[in-house]
Amino acid sequence: MEKSTYYNPADLAKFGNITEWQPEMGNKFFAYYAEVFKDGALSEREKSLIALAVAHAVQCPYCIDAYTSDSLQKGADEAQMMEAVHVAAAIKGGAALVHGVQMMNKAKELSM
Amino acid sequence: MKSLQARHALLADTGYQLTVLSQADAAGAHLPAFAHKLRETGLLPLRPTSLRVMQINVGKMCNQVCKHCHVDAGPDRTEIMTRETMQQCLAALAQSDIQVVDLTGGAPEMNPDFRWLVEQISALGRQTIVRCNLTIIVANKKYHDLPEFFAKHRVQVVSSLPHFSAARTDAQRGEGVFGRSIRALQMLNEVGYGVEGSGLQLDLVFNPSGAFLPGNQASLEREFKQRLLREHGIVFNNLLAITNLPVSRFLEYLLESGNYESYMEKLVAAYNPTAAENVMCRSTLSVSWDGLLYDCDFNQMLELPVAATAPQHIRDFDEAALNARAIVVNQHCFGCTAGAGSSCGGATT
Repeated sequence: MEKSTYYNPADLAKFGNITEWQPEMGNKFFAYYAEVFKDGALSEREKSLIALAVAHAVQCPYCIDAYTSDSLQKGADEAQMMEAVHVAAAIKGGAALVHGVQMMNKAKELSM
Repeated sequence: MKSLQARHALLADTGYQLTVLSQADAAGAHLPAFAHKLRETGLLPLRPTSLRVMQINVGKMCNQVCKHCHVDAGPDRTEIMTRETMQQCLAALAQSDIQVVDLTGGAPEMNPDFRWLVEQISALGRQTIVRCNLTIIVANKKYHDLPEFFAKHRVQVVSSLPHFSAARTDAQRGEGVFGRSIRALQMLNEVGYGVEGSGLQLDLVFNPSGAFLPGNQASLEREFKQRLLREHGIVFNNLLAITNLPVSRFLEYLLESGNYESYMEKLVAAYNPTAAENVMCRSTLSVSWDGLLYDCDFNQMLELPVAATAPQHIRDFDEAALNARAIVVNQHCFGCTAGAGSSCGGATT
């Protein structure tokens, strides 16, 4: 029976199917994607850890699943992976907090 | 942790392991047969290219009990090769062009005739590889001079170190193994192993410590070299990335952790025809502690002997008959053909 959830782990393996309805754009996306994750100025492992952090920031369960496996595969350890998540958390938390300056500015503007 | 055999586990029975490997998944679906994949690639029956390596498993005794061990080795295993069987291996070598002898176990150094065997291989002018688990060097005073002994016979040392972090290494190989391995690596470096220009080759093996495939070998090698040098002053030559095959204790881990089906699916999905062409069994002969012949160490542990058309025991060595044999394959072989391919020498593509 079909699971009645928005996210189904089995759908991750079907990501490639998006090319069926728009092959040209889909194929270009996957070619670009593959190019992005190649060893370059950043190592494959570093890129995988960045992807893991972004996955948490955008709260994508598919990406968290994929880049947890991928980080392990690329030789990252638990400490590195958790630090990557903290980087995401710090930036997300910081992004909220830095607007506190805007709040302070507005409050000062309105206050005696 | 004890071996499957000491625990009288169902998986200690190789017939049971093969049954598990051929079973359908929970949804009733069967994985494609490995032989069928080979046929699609035009490689069935799988034939040897040329015999280049004799891999001798000198016994299942080991000072470690690693979670992923396909040999089910450990201190409680008593199977050990006798000098008489070693002499039969040497006689076979003498009449063949095989240039490389790959000694494995267990911890091969625990065989009482290990050093004698290495000396005899040297005397025949052949290259010895030893699959040294590192900790054996520091396990007992009688092994402390192994680095010097290896250097004297120009033995190529291949050692497992699944990670540059202690936690990931110990999770796979046992508490405290990382620290002892680092000490042993430093001892090997001290006699010149892994040092540029010494001619003494020290390779490390990366095995994933879990249900995932190894990443890019060159990239992992760069990472390992940087970290081991920076944190421990250790140098080595090559990193060999080896995929864990669903055999024995790694199979047990996969089943108990609920990862078996997804791991097998991963291996099948990553089937690489080029890796299939380059599988190591095409150039290797595997000899067990009791002299029986196999296509590889994994087939040996699953008790799948060489085809009946070939001699079954090293005393009956016949290179022509072996070169004409069809290599025995089964579902575990997907491990050697996944991604960049896997062999005792690392990636194959």
